[in-house]
Amino acid sequence: MSQTVFAPWDDPNEKPLIQFRNVTKRFGDFTAIDDLTQDIYTREFFALLGPSGCGKTTMMRMLAGFETPTEGKIFIAGQDMAKIPPNKRAVNMMFQSYALFPHLSVWENIAFGLKREGKDKDAIAARVEEMLRLTRLSKFAKRKPHQISGGQRQRVALARSLAKAPKLLLLDEPLGALDKKLRQDTQFELMDIQEKTGTTFVIVTHDQEEAMTVASRVAVMDEGRIIQVATPAQIYEAPNSVYVADFIGDVNIISGRAKPNGDKVVTQWAEGQPDIIGTTATKFDAGQEIHFAIRPEKVAISTEEPQDAANKLQGKVLDIAYLGNISTYHVALPTGHVIKAQTANTRRLSRRQITWEDPVWISFTDTAGVLLER
Amino acid sequence: MRRFVLIAVPYLWLIALFLIPFVIVLKISLSDVALARPPYFPQLDLSQGWEGLTSFFAELDFENFWFLTTDDLYWKAYLSSLQIALTSTVMTLIVGYPIAYAMARAAPEWRPTLLMLVILPFWTSFLIRVYAWMGILSNEGLLNQFLLWLGVINEPLTILNTNTAVYIGIVYTYLPFMILPIYSALERMDDSLLEAAEDLGCSRLSAFWLVTIPLSKNGIIAGCFLVFIPTIGEFVIPSLLGGSGTLMIGKVLWEEFFSNRDWPVASAVAVILLLILVIPIILFQRNEQKQREAEG
Repeated sequence: MSQTVFAPWDDPNEKPLIQFRNVTKRFGDFTAIDDLTQDIYTREFFALLGPSGCGKTTMMRMLAGFETPTEGKIFIAGQDMAKIPPNKRAVNMMFQSYALFPHLSVWENIAFGLKREGKDKDAIAARVEEMLRLTRLSKFAKRKPHQISGGQRQRVALARSLAKAPKLLLLDEPLGALDKKLRQDTQFELMDIQEKTGTTFVIVTHDQEEAMTVASRVAVMDEGRIIQVATPAQIYEAPNSVYVADFIGDVNIISGRAKPNGDKVVTQWAEGQPDIIGTTATKFDAGQEIHFAIRPEKVAISTEEPQDAANKLQGKVLDIAYLGNISTYHVALPTGHVIKAQTANTRRLSRRQITWEDPVWISFTDTAGVLLER
Repeated sequence: MRRFVLIAVPYLWLIALFLIPFVIVLKISLSDVALARPPYFPQLDLSQGWEGLTSFFAELDFENFWFLTTDDLYWKAYLSSLQIALTSTVMTLIVGYPIAYAMARAAPEWRPTLLMLVILPFWTSFLIRVYAWMGILSNEGLLNQFLLWLGVINEPLTILNTNTAVYIGIVYTYLPFMILPIYSALERMDDSLLEAAEDLGCSRLSAFWLVTIPLSKNGIIAGCFLVFIPTIGEFVIPSLLGGSGTLMIGKVLWEEFFSNRDWPVASAVAVILLLILVIPIILFQRNEQKQREAEG
C-alpha cells in the first residue's frame, strides 16, 4: 500500500485554512511583524521557529485574537478575522504558562470552555471524559492544578484547549517547562494527538529540534519576517540562506567568490587553497559573493589523504567534542578557518585513532554542501 | 531550650497584654458598683488568706449580665452596631474593589506610587482626619458650600450628625484595610488566565466573574473581616460624626464608663462585645489558614 505524502502546500487546488495577507504589526516604534504573507493548511502541524523577539509569538497572538494587525488581513477558513474577538473564534490556545485556573479542578478546567458553549451536562461530561482519556488524566480529574506535576499540568492545558474541538490549535512554547526526557515523550504524544483529532496545529518554539520533530512544515523567522518555510528535511538539507542554515543545526560556512563552471560552481575562498566545488541549480555570476554551507556530518575526516574526494583540505585537530553517539572534530585549516567534522562512534572509544593536534584530511563530495547567496 | 524560649516570648507577651487584662475586665464585670476608688466591689485582699479568697469569689455574680438583658438599650446597640458594621463593610467593599482592581491593572511602574497614596492617610492622626470630615460635612462645610456654588442644591444638606456621616467616616477610615488585601490577591493573578478564559469563550465580563472574582476571594474575605471587626466596636467615628440617633455599642460602653461611672456594667458590655467578635475572628483566621494551605 502506498501512502500519499501529506503536502497540501504543493497542491494548487487546496484552500488554505489560515491566510496572512501583507500583515504588519507595530508596537509603537517596534515592528514585530513586517509585511508578512503566509498560508497554513488544514491538518498541518506548522511550527514557527525563531529567536526570542522575532515576532513568532505576535503572529500566534494575532491568530488567537489577542492582538490585531496594524496593517493587512488575516483570514481563517476564508473569513476575515479583523473584527472577531478571541471568544468568538474557533481557535484555542495552549498557553506557555498553561494558564490553568487554580481555583478549579482538572475536570472543571477542561469543562470550562464547553460550559461557555451552553451544552447540556451529559454532553459536557462525555466530552471531558474523552479528553481525560486522550491525555491519560482520568485519575487526576478531581485534583487542583497545584496538586499535580508539571507534565500533568501540561496535559491538562492541552486537554482544555482541545476540548472544544477547535479548527485551529495554537501552542505557545508548550514544552518549554518540561525536562528533556519528558519533552521528547510529549513531542511524540502531541503528534499522535494531532493525527487522532485531525486538528490544525500551529506551534511556536525557539527549540529547533522540537520544531523539526513535530512539524509538517517549519517557518524560520527573524525580525518579523519569515525567512524560509519548508518541511524539516528541506529546511535542514536545503536552507535558503546562511541565517536558516546557521539557525537549524550545526553548519560550516565558507565565504568566497563564485566561478560558474557548467552545473558546478567553484568557490574561491582563500589564497593557496584548492577551490571548493559544489553543485547548485541557482545561477551565480562570476565573482559574486557566495557562501558555501556544509553540515558537519557530511564532512569526512581521515588521517590519510582520501583518493577520490571532490574536495579535500588539510588541517590539524583543534578540539574533539565527544557526545556519546557521535564525536565532533574541530579542524583548524592553515587559513585560520575552523571546520567541524562529525563521525558516528561505531567503535569503542579506546580504538579511536584521531586525537588532538593530529594532522588530518577533511573531505566531502561536490553535492554535500549548499551554495547560498546571502 | 532555645526553642522553648523562642516560643515562650510571644506567649508571655500574649498573656501579659491580652489574657491578664481580659481577666481583670471579666472580674470587674462580675463585681458590683460601689462609691469607692476603684468604683467597684469586692477587692481581692490576699492578706486574709484562704478565707479572703473564698469570700472574694462568693461576692462575684452575673448580675450585670442579667441587667444588660433587662434594658433594651443594650441589645439594640449591639444589633445596630452589627448592622452599621455590616453595611459599611459592604460599602467599603464596593468602593475598595474597583480601586484595588485599577491599582493591580496599572502599569507596574505606577503601582508603588498608588500603593503609597493608599497608605498615605495613615501618616496623619486618625482623630485629625475625622475632625476634618466634620469640617467637610457640616452645614456650612466645604461640601455644602461647593454644592450650593454649583447650584445642585438650594439649601445645605444635613449630613453631619447622621448615620450617613458615620458611614462616610467608616468607609473613608477603613478603605485601606479593604484595598490592600484585595490588591495583593489581584496583583498576584496571572494575566494569561484572563486571556485563557476569553480564548475558551468568555466575554470580558464573564471572565471577570468566573476568574477574577474567585481568585480574589481570599483578599475580599480578608478585607471584609479587617473592616468588620474593628467597626463593630468603633467609638470615635459615631461619637464625632454621628448624631443622637446613632446607636453603637462603642458609644454605650464609653458612656457607661465615663458618664455613669458604672465600671461593672461597662465591663460586662465589653465582655459580650468580645464574645460577639470571637466568631468573626475565628472565621477570619480559618480563611487565612485555608489560603496558606492552598498556596502550600
